[in-house]
Amino acid sequence: MTDQLVPILVATIAAGTPLVFAALGELVTEKSGVLNLGVEGMMLVGAVAAFAATAASGSPWSGVLAGAAAGGAMALVFAVLTLTLMANQVAAGLALSLFGVGLSAFVGKAYESVSLAPSPPLAIPLAADLPGIGPALFVHQPLVYVSWALFAAVAWFLYRSRPGLVLRAVGESPQSAHAIGCPVIPIRYLATLFGGAMAGVGGAFLSVFYTPLWVENMTAGRGWIALALVVFATWRPARVMIGAYLFGGVTVVQFFAQGEGVAVPAQFLSMLPYLATIVVLVLISRNINTIRLNAPVSLAKPFHPEVA
Amino acid sequence: MKLGIVCRMLLGAAAAALAGAAAAQAPLKVGFVYVSPIGDAGWTYQHDQGRQQMEKALAGKVTTKYVENVPEGADAERVIRELAASGHRLVYTTSFGYMNPTIKVARQFPKVIFAHATGYKKAANVGIYNARFYEARYLTGIVAGRMTKSNVAGYVAAFPIPEVLQGINAFTLGMRSVNPKAEVKVIWINSWFDPGREREAANALIAQGADVVTHHTDSPAAVQAAEEKKVYAVGYHSDMSKHGPNATLTSAVHLWGDVYTRITRDVLAGTWKPTDIWGGFRQGMVDVAPLNKAVPRDVADLVAETKQALVAGKLHPFQGPVKDQSGKVRVPAGQAMGDDKLAVMDYYVEGVQGQLPKK
Amino acid sequence: MRFVSPLVAAALTFAAGLVLFSALGRDPLAAFHAFFVQPIDDWNGVAELALKAAPLMLCAIGLAIGFRAGVWNIGAEGQLAVGAIAAGWLAVGFHGAGSALLLPAMVAAGALGGMAWAAIPAFLKTRFNANEILTSLMLVYVAALLLSWVVHGPLRDPQGFNFPQSKEFHDAALYPLLLEGTRLNAGVFVAAAVVAAGWWFMERSFGGYTMRVAGLADAAARYAGFSARRTVWVGMLAGGAAAGLAGVGEVAGPIGQLLPSVSPGYGFAAIIVAFVGRLHAGGIVLASLLMSLLYLGGESAQMTLDLPSAITGLFQGMLLFFLLAADVFISYRLRIAAPARAPREAAA
Repeated sequence: MTDQLVPILVATIAAGTPLVFAALGELVTEKSGVLNLGVEGMMLVGAVAAFAATAASGSPWSGVLAGAAAGGAMALVFAVLTLTLMANQVAAGLALSLFGVGLSAFVGKAYESVSLAPSPPLAIPLAADLPGIGPALFVHQPLVYVSWALFAAVAWFLYRSRPGLVLRAVGESPQSAHAIGCPVIPIRYLATLFGGAMAGVGGAFLSVFYTPLWVENMTAGRGWIALALVVFATWRPARVMIGAYLFGGVTVVQFFAQGEGVAVPAQFLSMLPYLATIVVLVLISRNINTIRLNAPVSLAKPFHPEVA
Repeated sequence: MKLGIVCRMLLGAAAAALAGAAAAQAPLKVGFVYVSPIGDAGWTYQHDQGRQQMEKALAGKVTTKYVENVPEGADAERVIRELAASGHRLVYTTSFGYMNPTIKVARQFPKVIFAHATGYKKAANVGIYNARFYEARYLTGIVAGRMTKSNVAGYVAAFPIPEVLQGINAFTLGMRSVNPKAEVKVIWINSWFDPGREREAANALIAQGADVVTHHTDSPAAVQAAEEKKVYAVGYHSDMSKHGPNATLTSAVHLWGDVYTRITRDVLAGTWKPTDIWGGFRQGMVDVAPLNKAVPRDVADLVAETKQALVAGKLHPFQGPVKDQSGKVRVPAGQAMGDDKLAVMDYYVEGVQGQLPKK
Repeated sequence: MRFVSPLVAAALTFAAGLVLFSALGRDPLAAFHAFFVQPIDDWNGVAELALKAAPLMLCAIGLAIGFRAGVWNIGAEGQLAVGAIAAGWLAVGFHGAGSALLLPAMVAAGALGGMAWAAIPAFLKTRFNANEILTSLMLVYVAALLLSWVVHGPLRDPQGFNFPQSKEFHDAALYPLLLEGTRLNAGVFVAAAVVAAGWWFMERSFGGYTMRVAGLADAAARYAGFSARRTVWVGMLAGGAAAGLAGVGEVAGPIGQLLPSVSPGYGFAAIIVAFVGRLHAGGIVLASLLMSLLYLGGESAQMTLDLPSAITGLFQGMLLFFLLAADVFISYRLRIAAPARAPREAAA
């Protein structure tokens, strides 16, 4: 299988990319202390919006923007419910997923017979010619490079910028943040909208670039995997990247192994990522200090300035 | 007094006659239960095409109604029952998982006729129907066998049930009938529908040297992958050429219209019997989609010729000798595989690479 | 005030439905009739309503016990599946026995299976402080794959042409039917009993009281000497047992065998039910009936109005948003506004 290292890497990166977008977005949302379980619904609505925009305009980039906008709009519904009206986040997130499945299916009816022109991958000049890693890392859909830039931006924002510090403080202890004058609710709004927009872009990657077609429920559970991924990554952007490629890679490697004639016990192999996530969670949670360093302490807990 | 009775009897008879005439004129209500949204390609789409064709063929005599996206499980029985209870006198249940619910509802509604696709349980008012998809697979295998340059075809498959294995094996036999060096690689994605995974599996097969890919899953994702990677594809369920105009050599197509028309006509005529229909080319239940322009003339001729032989019943895709992977003879020379053996197929034939996942 | 919130939600849903169905060119009144009246206009419809509400009710009441105490078990879907596996294993293993003890044993096994699955997040929470929202969610996927393996492997019906399903259970492994001609079975008694027990525990018992205190104020509970660990364990196990029973109810009820999927998302829908029902037993009963009606209504809207199934999801989602929004709007105004008001108003 060594001669197939390059296609395996290429496929792994492509498979991981929708997860990278959705999970990095959800990570920012969760870092502000908001748990939005509606990722699957936001991805689907983003996917259908992106597909519709691309079909209408012919430009995949307008699709990406439409996907981000649609995902953001979904997140706005969630934010109004949970941040302004103080509805329970878990329940509202699940309702959002239900709603997104229905909405995307309904809107998408008109697009089921359309197939978009495939977008050619973009080879980065010079870098793509590097032996081995060049073709593996630098011949991809342009959105893949965007996802790497997004990773750098999120990492910088959270750990090197002042607004990022504020965001983390809000997730850590909204009461204290409020006390020193941080606008907790607006910050959470922005973080939630960002999460929705990125989930929408993840959906757009699927429907416009990865499998350029629209079919109902085409995300097939990737939104839920993105949720798992954020935990697996212990809320660290770098580990989100590793995790996304691991999750994507498990499937890809399994497929390549099957193609080589290896019979794979599919169910048990598919359990591994989830079991690994639990193990990771246990490892970081057992020490109160490591969890403090990573997990947003106020996750899913409502905050209202007047009660605080 | 007597006159009164006679009068009433006459009136009654007239009323009954009128009612009978009305019943004869009122169109037969026919219900369909679909396992997924109709969409634009795939399993349910073809059933819905069949429904529309039947409705057109029997215009004025039937009205149809469908319920889509009905999960196999507790909900199916309710939907089937609801159709039966709301005056549908014929109900088609179009997925394997509807088998037991169909049988249960049929017991409660002995006057309603049910037709269940791809199952194996019959009853006095339940007939079953299925198509010999493998016949179309065999033909598409011939096309693939002639068009491949690498002698490797890739097959994206859902679950190792007999229907899928029949398809893989028939495709392989078809390929090897024209190209003895041909081999087939199979990847199981353990899902009927997941465009992303279908795509990943197709990509993997192409990277491993397959220059023709086909699929037994519901979306056109594998065909799209082939189009993008500039290799060939063979579609399944529907003609998938619009999702891969250059890649799609042909597609193994399901055709339900004729069988729906026939069953419904029998019910209308009162001649319906709980039969077990398993039809192929001869009954017009499967076909191959128009061939790609890239397919040379002699291959097209061979396909047409083989199709004729299948229609005439002169050729059986599983004509002996059929050997499985281990070299064991499953069908001796001079015989064709019986339906009983086909229905429980659980092995790969010679020419399929890898091992079948054993549970 | 308690009744205002559902009314507000109903009014909003009505308005939104009016817009939605008119935009689709359907008579809104006919659509509402199809959604909310037609499914239950005969006894069979009522039986189906109860049958579909039972698993939602079971899961929701179990979850509510935990939710009230701040124990966030969102893995009922997985606990349901493991309950179904445990019961199904017995049903297949003792298929020929036909013993009257089989069904009670299955019920017990289902409850224990659900509890065992819920015990994992409880243990990880109490021993390692691992967030139960996330561990219980991960275990949903693991349980689904476990069920898939069971029906593809050890419990696959050998006469089933390799299709992934178990053999059909013997009658002794099925809940007896209650109403001739319908699917209503004795499983609804189990659901009713569990709801009653849940009500008693939450509203009348000391254990329920301590858990409520723990949910309202962690520090106060600790000060009063209530064990946080015990709260987690009781909350998780109650949810697991109830969800496991819901799993038994499906496989020993309307399904009658093990399939690759035994629930169309009851465990998740039940979370919404629990909140729409305001974590009260009575509210949960009503909310689960409403949720069940929405499912049935979606089917009848397809049958009578040719509305695509997508509309159902859309409409359900909207109604749930309104319920969650209206509910919280009102209770929040009460809570926040009350202290600010003048005493005479508060007294009134």
